[in-house]
Amino acid sequence: MSLDKATVARIAHLARIKLTEDQLDPMSRELSNILTWVEQLGEVDTNDVPPMTGIEHKGLRRRPDAVTDGAISGQVLANAPEAAGGFYTVPKVVE
Amino acid sequence: MSNALTRLSLAEARDRLAARDISAVELAEAHIAAVEAARPLNAFITETPERALDMARQSDARRAAGKAGAIDGIPLAIKDLFCTADVLTTAGSHILDGFHPTYESTVSANLWRDGAVLLGKVSMDEFAMGSSNTTSCYGPVVNPWRRSDGAGSDLVPGGSSGGAAAAVAARCALGATGTDTGGSIRQPASFCGIVGMKPTYGRCSRWGIVAFASSLDQAGPMTRTVRDAAILLRSMAGFDAKDSTSADLPVPDFEAALTGDVRGLKVGVPREYRVDGMPPEIDALWGRGADWLRDAGAEIVDISLPHTRYALPTYYIVAPAEASSNLARYDGVRYGLRVPGESMIEMYENTRAAGFGAEVKRRIMIGTYVLSAGYYDAYYLKAQKVRTLIKRDFDDAFAGVDVVLTPTAPSAAFAVGEKQDDPIAMYLNDVFTVPASLAGLPGISVPAGLDADGLPLGLQLIGRPFDEETVLRVAGVLESAAGFSAEPPRMAG
Repeated sequence: MSLDKATVARIAHLARIKLTEDQLDPMSRELSNILTWVEQLGEVDTNDVPPMTGIEHKGLRRRPDAVTDGAISGQVLANAPEAAGGFYTVPKVVE
Repeated sequence: MSNALTRLSLAEARDRLAARDISAVELAEAHIAAVEAARPLNAFITETPERALDMARQSDARRAAGKAGAIDGIPLAIKDLFCTADVLTTAGSHILDGFHPTYESTVSANLWRDGAVLLGKVSMDEFAMGSSNTTSCYGPVVNPWRRSDGAGSDLVPGGSSGGAAAAVAARCALGATGTDTGGSIRQPASFCGIVGMKPTYGRCSRWGIVAFASSLDQAGPMTRTVRDAAILLRSMAGFDAKDSTSADLPVPDFEAALTGDVRGLKVGVPREYRVDGMPPEIDALWGRGADWLRDAGAEIVDISLPHTRYALPTYYIVAPAEASSNLARYDGVRYGLRVPGESMIEMYENTRAAGFGAEVKRRIMIGTYVLSAGYYDAYYLKAQKVRTLIKRDFDDAFAGVDVVLTPTAPSAAFAVGEKQDDPIAMYLNDVFTVPASLAGLPGISVPAGLDADGLPLGLQLIGRPFDEETVLRVAGVLESAAGFSAEPPRMAG
């Protein structure tokens, strides 16, 4: 699979990573090389093979849907780059 | 004196502390001095000498009161992927600039519960993505080993747990915690001539470890001997309700498994691990490893793991996919770096562009692509299906053998700067470690010999799920037979 610059720009936007115009060409080359390499998986017959989503030796545990923690907003906000009045602050999203 | 104390094994130090032959403060002081002396290796991101002395004083007090824990007073280095309360935790990334967790990872909390002492946080490839420790935003870590002719530049310690491996090899710490997603404990252990064990997925809690690929990430011990790995793993492991994939099983006394007796055990040697371009010395070492185990009474069995060659491409879909999802949390809002923008989205994009390094961006982009509409089935679902086949290969093999013996890595340590231009060449470092990661199996790397340049080479043992005891038992026999006693030229303690 060869990715063109427009596709790379679209993926970068989906991934919320700003790429400058001059970064698109090298990135499209690198990603294309990796995708071409992983496409050898196409050789493997996977008909009737279930996907493995993780290592669940006994299946995932369940627990009651109950609050087990809380009242630690100071700790939660302690590492915020910007916080005010007990909230995270972000650039304005509505006019 | 300080030299002598840093040359002890973890087990020897534990026993001498218990005999009141040495104090935790003396042991901590010797290691703090070694950490300082090792600064040219760039293994530590954060040194915590005051905390170490404070913890050592508390350890001595506990011992005086008859309340010493299993590893009381043992100084350790912690990979900077484990959240440590009030101590800078970076994952080797600018995007976590200034992040001081308000909580402690379960694994490190277990170590402090048992009395261990924190020397500092050790470097790693950014977000554990790499096999050379060159992607850390704090710069490359230098391997304490050099080529015996003294020529050439500094060597990489392997990765991603390169700082941990270098610190243990250079005698800065009696042990370290690493994490392994595709080989990040075992490959650096091989490159630095130490023991590194990735336990079964689920054996150690992932809670409080910065997530890379959640279906693969697993913490484990990095030490200078197999016995030390057994001791450290026992303290690290255990059920944790805060990790939904943590195994609710009792933790065995792993040290008791080191009986030295492997008579009658069946050791599988997978023919597919004889890959093109593998140096003949590694192939020869692998053969010697099989001979040593045969001489000790084990039976060597040729086995086949037919999907081995598809493990790396499978990994390089599954791991980036999970990473792209896990790393979505770095948004400039809740912690770490924030780079302003005109809008919310621009703030995200600017922050992530400035905060992530090249390899992390590449993997997030690959992961985003293989999960995107129209490509999910062709890439991600396909890789998940091949992963099933890789696991079945091991299930079939373990119907007939007790452990599998392979080389740990296809090369010895390489120079800083090598393999940087081609991501796939770097990925090939993990060709022997990734299959066990995909299958969730325990694996250990044991130093087994030196190559013609005088650099250490490791052999890997892979075991059945939750059968770390057999893996450790065989590793102990391999270690005794190999008699690896070489020391790196750049030791700090």
